[in-house]
Amino acid sequence: MTTTDPRVAPRPSTPGFDAGITGYDEKWLGAATAEVLPDGPLTSPRPDSVYARFESIIIGTAAVAGFVGVWHLFASARIVPPLFLPGPLDVAEAYAEIWKGGELWQDLSISGQEMAIGYGLAAVTGVLLGLAIGWYRRLSYALDPFISFFYATPRIVLLPLLIIWFGIGVQSKIAVVFLGAFFAIVINTAAGVRNLDAHLVKVARSFGARDIWLFRTITIPGSVPFILTGLRLGTGHALVGVVVGELVASQHGIGHQMAIAGATFQSAKLFAYLMFIAATGVILTVVLQRLERKFDAWRPRA
Amino acid sequence: MPGRLEARGVTIHYRRRRFGDNFLAVSRLDMTVEPGEFVAIVGPSGCGKTTFLNAVDGLVPLTDGSIMLGGQLITKPGNDRAMVFQQPSLLPWRTVKGNIDYGMETQGDVTSKSDRDEQTKRFIDLVGLHGFEDSFPSELSGGMQQRVNLARALATDPELLLLDEPFAALDAQTRETMQLELLRVWNATRKTAIFITHDIVEAVYLADRVVVMSSRPGRVKMSVPINLPRPRDLRIKREPRFLEYELKIWESIREEVLRADAGTKEAVA
Repeated sequence: MTTTDPRVAPRPSTPGFDAGITGYDEKWLGAATAEVLPDGPLTSPRPDSVYARFESIIIGTAAVAGFVGVWHLFASARIVPPLFLPGPLDVAEAYAEIWKGGELWQDLSISGQEMAIGYGLAAVTGVLLGLAIGWYRRLSYALDPFISFFYATPRIVLLPLLIIWFGIGVQSKIAVVFLGAFFAIVINTAAGVRNLDAHLVKVARSFGARDIWLFRTITIPGSVPFILTGLRLGTGHALVGVVVGELVASQHGIGHQMAIAGATFQSAKLFAYLMFIAATGVILTVVLQRLERKFDAWRPRA
Repeated sequence: MPGRLEARGVTIHYRRRRFGDNFLAVSRLDMTVEPGEFVAIVGPSGCGKTTFLNAVDGLVPLTDGSIMLGGQLITKPGNDRAMVFQQPSLLPWRTVKGNIDYGMETQGDVTSKSDRDEQTKRFIDLVGLHGFEDSFPSELSGGMQQRVNLARALATDPELLLLDEPFAALDAQTRETMQLELLRVWNATRKTAIFITHDIVEAVYLADRVVVMSSRPGRVKMSVPINLPRPRDLRIKREPRFLEYELKIWESIREEVLRADAGTKEAVA
């Protein structure tokens, strides 16, 4: 067990831990000053406080608007042909065309299905396997070689094999999405379990905790930040799976439409479809960030 | 009726993975703590004080000897003991209230939720955390975190309270405040207590009896009853009688440190 004997060469302290315990204080004070000062009775309210509150949104919006403006001017000047660089108006026109084409909902629902099922399966099984690997050392010895192999290999290269196995329908895409997201989730979850605060484990044991109670009250809550990081990394891999899977071989879906638009030199449509992918990525990231904030209410904000 | 603690011939080895050897931390230690007594254990650093305390808690197995509490042999952690750790070791995702609950929940006594809430409230008030029930540990100062650590242990209503250098990481002012607070709380509960520290002043100030441990492998070198009246004000630390105790214990520890150093030099030569 632990001891204060200096000759026992104490375990090198993990920065995460110690910061987690001794660093709180200081970080919290920092957060408090930042929060309290603007509202404090002694400071006069700043006249531009509305601007200050929405500063990030205002600057962000202005930058995007500026970019679209420059893009429009550049594209209208026709320095490069519209095949290479369609302008924002061309893209808007492409949207209208896609809308009128009537296949949008089907494409969205197919791609959405692939993403939801593949990623959903990866999230559930990935978290469960990650917890098991982190908890049972011997299981991790057995599975680590496989996980390292798959994590180091871009899973997208398995696509030809998956198409042979599952055909060009949604199944092969679900499989590639699953494989894309799964390993990031497993690895991060397992790391969360392994990085448990040894002090907390000792507290639980001292109060006579059995394994199952320790797992429920210390292991799982302690791993949540890691699990959410894994889920966030997983969304990126999953999106790659959907799009590339459909680009390679498919009959429907956003990626499929991009493949057609590309093959027929409709650059404006390519841009239009690309926005759907980007929007999905951004939405998922925001949702997971919200979740992270909800579960991390106890974490001091810098 | 709480029972007495009897440690007989306690010997503790443990494996050091890094060195691949068996490390003898405590050797043939005998100690008795009477019910309601407050005992402080001091000794040169690395003398096995914490190891011994962990063994009393049931976290570390004995190689030889026995530790009994109220006639019951201690082999694992039990509801009759509770530890206040050197690090506050609070669950960062639980509030102050949730953390004080944690000890009771984990021990799984038959107490109902409402009984537990009442108990939690009682100890929040006792350690002076009223108004901070819903704060997270990250929002508390080091001293307040240690109050939660103390309340968590006390709320389980142990027969024997084990304190492992609980104020070592605090600054000097906070430490004195916490010593005063601990005595006030202890007065209110009168639990049997074993308090590990390397601070002689702290030991003399708090305890009914100060036990000096020898350098490693640890055993009891000297036991000094502290005949100072209670309740004790912080000013008592300046009184001649107090300083006499302090000096006596200091000399005893110094002897041990010198002995240990000589031993190390021999080993090097």
